[in-house]
Amino acid sequence: MSALSNESDNIGIAPESTGVSAAIAARRRRRIVVNSLRILLLVVIIGGWQLFTSVGIIDPFFWGQPSGIWKQLVTWVTQGTAQGPLWEQIAVTLEEAVLGFVIGVVLGITFGVVLGRNRFLADVLGPYIKALNSIPRVTLAPLFAIGLGLGSQSKVALAIVLVFFIVFFNAFQGVREVDRNLLANARILGASQRQLTTQVIIPSALTWIIASLHTSFSFALVGAVVGEYVGAIQGIGLMIQTAGSNFNANGVFAAMFILAVVALLSEALITALENRLLRWRPTPVGDVTI
Amino acid sequence: MTMDSSTLTHNVSSLGASAIELRNVTKRFLTPSGQVYTAIRDITFSVAPGEFCAVVGPTGCGKSTTLGLIAGLERPSEGSVQVMGKPVQGIDPRIGYVFQTDAVLPWRNVLRNVATGPLFRSQPKAESLKRAHEWIARVGLTGFEDRYPHQLSGGMRKRVALAQTFINEPQILLMDEPFSALDVQTRTLMEDELLQLWSSHLASVVFVTHDLEEAISLADRVCVLTAGPGTVKGIYSIDLPRPRKVEEIRFDPRFVQLYQQIWEDLREEVMISYERTKQRV
Repeated sequence: MSALSNESDNIGIAPESTGVSAAIAARRRRRIVVNSLRILLLVVIIGGWQLFTSVGIIDPFFWGQPSGIWKQLVTWVTQGTAQGPLWEQIAVTLEEAVLGFVIGVVLGITFGVVLGRNRFLADVLGPYIKALNSIPRVTLAPLFAIGLGLGSQSKVALAIVLVFFIVFFNAFQGVREVDRNLLANARILGASQRQLTTQVIIPSALTWIIASLHTSFSFALVGAVVGEYVGAIQGIGLMIQTAGSNFNANGVFAAMFILAVVALLSEALITALENRLLRWRPTPVGDVTI
Repeated sequence: MTMDSSTLTHNVSSLGASAIELRNVTKRFLTPSGQVYTAIRDITFSVAPGEFCAVVGPTGCGKSTTLGLIAGLERPSEGSVQVMGKPVQGIDPRIGYVFQTDAVLPWRNVLRNVATGPLFRSQPKAESLKRAHEWIARVGLTGFEDRYPHQLSGGMRKRVALAQTFINEPQILLMDEPFSALDVQTRTLMEDELLQLWSSHLASVVFVTHDLEEAISLADRVCVLTAGPGTVKGIYSIDLPRPRKVEEIRFDPRFVQLYQQIWEDLREEVMISYERTKQRV
């Protein structure tokens, strides 16, 4: 990117400027090709799905149908769901996920930093944390539903547990990987233990922690949805559960679609947060975006 | 900071109190496999107030370990390390340390990095930033205050590190091969700048390097260490006149004479160290 724009500053030199404009044209062509292929791929998949289901090669009763999913979405938006207005379901699930995410992240960072800083404590607790981590934690959902009821608490609890371990391990590793020279330098410049933690170790571990936030938010969403699926009064998870038990495949897909939109939007928010907090990092070389 | 300029003369070892004094210092480490590794053995040397002392030696002779002991980052296994007449206990606020690799905080811009020391030491923010601006000007980085370290060249990052250290007005300055990662031209410039900063500042300096030319052109005294476990092999007074110009002094006949003399000593140790690395491969 920058190499190109630097060259275009010297546009007075004829042979170079033709080379540059050719390169710009090639880049534009490539972008058009990539975007057209992306759209084509989407049309083929959705169109194929629609086609095969309408001619009867695939049974729309079991596998849904794009037009049916769309109709279901329109019904939900205009007439609401069986549990109430659609936005309310989204709000409930999102609230549970965000709450679980925030609490899980705070706990994960706290424990990660404390254990990362304290070798002795880490050695004592290490095996138990590994053992807890090896349990498939979604299986805790029924336990939380029994203990905390059908309200949002049980979902938040599940989301916390799922988020905590991801953030914890990253924060722990991040603290362990802090450059020793950086620590020695800060100590000699006069940092107290507290300043060392807040102004050197945490900022340094932030690269690791933020990388974990991307995965952990989707896990928070999984926690909320699975919790609702197991037992709830409201939420997207309950919508999926209701649609599933009514053999409404289109309903399941439509709810999945809503979840995907929610997840992508929150992912964009986290990326924005990442760019804000990690401004000091060198920009990666190349312009490959996925 | 209150020392008068007479301490700048070359043969300062005759002065009574020394700024740094190592007496029969040995440092051993326990390796992860449980073996004892001796980094330095029975080192004795002292640095007078305001003196510039260079330490040279082959790779792995414990140069950095020695600095770590003076800084209070490590404790000696045997012997005593004294700074300003008192045994070292923890990190002394009068000490400044410039590291071989980049140790500036990558998430702070130049201004904040230079102000780090005063801010850590709970000085008022406005005053810390004002002094940081002054030091940025002195190391020639005005206009780069809001850049992050990765946006600077290696030489500029080194200047940030120097300003970051000098702003604390250390009475003792420890430097661990600070310029070894720089290209030759930048390096000469930085050496001159260091001499200028030092002459207006009068700190006692221990400058670790593997480059004998650098050692002779900067220092009042050069201390040669043996191949690891390091111990003092010889100490040479450098009676070249000051102020010096690093790029010119290398052609002074006295410089060449001193170089040959010290190199005789150093070469043997370098050969020993080299033979060992060959055996290990």
